[in-house]
Amino acid sequence: MSTMNILIAGFGGQGVLFAGKFLAYKGLLEDRQVSWLPSYGPEMRGGTANCNVILSDDPIGSPIVNKPDCLIVMNKPSLDKFVDTVVPGGMILIDSTMIDSKVERDDVTVYYVPASKLAGDAGFSTLANMILVGKLLYAMKDKGMDNVEEILKHVIPARKMDLLDINKKAIQTGYDYEA
Amino acid sequence: MAEKVLMKGNEAIAEAAIMAGCRHYFGYPITPQTEIAAYMAKRMPKIGGCFLQAESEIAAINMVYGAASAGVRVMTSSSSPGISLKGEGLSYMAGSDLPALVINVQRGGPGLGGIQPSQSDYFQSTRGGGHGDYHMIILAPASVQEMASLTFKGFDLAEKYRMTAMILADGTMGQMMEPVSLEMGEINEHDKSWAVTGTKMARKHNIINSLSLIPEELEQQNFDRYARYKKVEENEVMYEEYLMDDAEICIVAFGIAARVSRNAINEARAQGIKVGMIRPITLWPFPKDALDKAADTCKAFISVELSMGQMIEDVQLATKCRRPVTLCNRAGGMIPSPEEVLQAIKEAKGGLE
Amino acid sequence: MAIVFEKPKALANVPLHYCPGCTHGIIHRLVAEAIDALGIEGTTVGVAPVGCSVMAYNYFNCDMVEAAHGRAPAVATGLKRAMPENIIFTYQGDGDLASIGMAETVHAATRNENITVIFVNNAIYGMTGGQMAPTSLPGQVTQTSPYGRDVKHCGWPVKVCEMLAQLEGPEYLERVAVNNVKNIRNAKRAIQKAFENQINNKGFSLIEVISSCPTNWGMTPQKALQWIDDNMIPYYPLGVYKDRSAEQEKA
Repeated sequence: MSTMNILIAGFGGQGVLFAGKFLAYKGLLEDRQVSWLPSYGPEMRGGTANCNVILSDDPIGSPIVNKPDCLIVMNKPSLDKFVDTVVPGGMILIDSTMIDSKVERDDVTVYYVPASKLAGDAGFSTLANMILVGKLLYAMKDKGMDNVEEILKHVIPARKMDLLDINKKAIQTGYDYEA
Repeated sequence: MAEKVLMKGNEAIAEAAIMAGCRHYFGYPITPQTEIAAYMAKRMPKIGGCFLQAESEIAAINMVYGAASAGVRVMTSSSSPGISLKGEGLSYMAGSDLPALVINVQRGGPGLGGIQPSQSDYFQSTRGGGHGDYHMIILAPASVQEMASLTFKGFDLAEKYRMTAMILADGTMGQMMEPVSLEMGEINEHDKSWAVTGTKMARKHNIINSLSLIPEELEQQNFDRYARYKKVEENEVMYEEYLMDDAEICIVAFGIAARVSRNAINEARAQGIKVGMIRPITLWPFPKDALDKAADTCKAFISVELSMGQMIEDVQLATKCRRPVTLCNRAGGMIPSPEEVLQAIKEAKGGLE
Repeated sequence: MAIVFEKPKALANVPLHYCPGCTHGIIHRLVAEAIDALGIEGTTVGVAPVGCSVMAYNYFNCDMVEAAHGRAPAVATGLKRAMPENIIFTYQGDGDLASIGMAETVHAATRNENITVIFVNNAIYGMTGGQMAPTSLPGQVTQTSPYGRDVKHCGWPVKVCEMLAQLEGPEYLERVAVNNVKNIRNAKRAIQKAFENQINNKGFSLIEVISSCPTNWGMTPQKALQWIDDNMIPYYPLGVYKDRSAEQEKA
């Protein structure tokens, strides 16, 4: 029985939901059970946003991730809010450009990735989210970068398909980054 | 098997409606169901259908009334406060025996309430919602797949019994994405000889009407309608059992509450507690017989709800109060956690010892 | 022997329930005559209101729908959108159209919904026994304005044609009356035009018909007709308030 509960949190506009969608499609294409649930509300850009993704080999009960196996955070308030909810043995991926504090738990694996800085330096400043996704793919150690392009083709809207390459690059950047 | 796609629940409803032959949608914007309208606005013009944003929920349901009178498959969608406004039209459609599909993606109330998920329109929907003696077929999806398949089925049931079917969903069901297969099967044809499509000078005029000033006649109409409702109760009850074979505690929950309960049941089972679940898929007709039968062997029931406790009354009625029924609930847009449900299970278990 | 007068074919052969001297009967007849003249009975669907004409669904031979109070334009919208080839009309009173159903009226008009609206304005709620209507005149005594309509307390009457004429949407707006032969003949022309406009896909046409209510006005039918001349028409002047096609031709 293998289930991965993922919580991605940050500001609206940081691509939290898109990153979640990528992971959900990854599960779908790998024939797993999948659920994706955004927090919804009047929060738009600048407000808080989070996204619950569950990938499982068994039917999924609640789509709400209360105890993530994996937490991806892109701002400080989200780290403060969710750091203690991660299950022991779980992992936390942090955009260390946005968050300068360290996690004080020793029962979780923490990856500090300066995702926003890496994204800015590489010329795709809006894709810090996908850099963190790349690091997660690395951390999941399953299929690596195998089906990234296929997943992206499902997730990126047809009219924006020109963004496929930089998304792929961003994921690769995160995958290769030595935390 | 058809290819599965990832869709939001709201979008799955819209697409399934189109697959069911619905070409007319009338609605008014309200959170958290606007994706349905947006999807329809995009798709309908491309397939020769009609999407029209009405000036109010009241106008929208009456446009539905008009299009349903013409015998076409028509729908509207809204969320709790908007459904209250539609109450008038829902009563008139019941009185005129018109088929249509109405979506309620519930939010917390009463009043303007909030925009987070809720199940507090259970009474309103299962008891009709508007004035007069009537029922609607209430379908409660617990997955995006069911959002689609129950929408498709809802149109069929509505036409089969000439009544309104309602999808009673909540914000999580509407907003979440899950893999969904859109293989829906054939559309059943139903008699539409009652529709007002113009006499073509070939028949007596049809009248769509809920006015009946002679009490004897109005009473008979109610009797006839309830005879039809009885058939619905006999033939169309849907529910799902989960780990009920040896269960001594039975959770009753629908929609998101059932999803959360499933986690709690798995955890309780791991701790050796024999608990199962009956998940009503039709809230009206309510799976009374299944619950009554469960009361023969289960020693306690827990109603898990996103309300102050509404369905619990139906659980008590169905089990004829033979067993204790406790409530595990959150309200106002809050969702019980699996831990809270587990706690309720443990308390029920404790009560048995 | 030549027949010089007969019942319109679109009018059902049933007794009408209207009070003696009420002009609803005349207006029903004019609608039925228009349907006959245009040969559209087989494709027409009428929408009846709530109010005195609530049972209009029994009086026309075409298919009929009974709407909730004020919702006839929305119901007609649903019908027309489902069946663009059919002819859809509503028959509504002043309370139905200008009070509880004002939103539906204005929005059907502004959408230029291709329907025909017959609006019967008799300045009173007849069915419920004579309460103040949105179109009751200043000073008019009704059951709910027993000292006369005080505009300072409950506002002014709604002039529907004037109001809707401000909208870009509607195709045709005309106010007519049925209190004498000349006015009736003119009303007949207007009602037929409102149906023709729909046949020609021109859009929303509303004919406001100034009507009498001897029962609730508390006067004889004859005096009621005179009251229309003396009080109603000065406040609600007859005439065409909007005719987009004619305006376009002129321009």
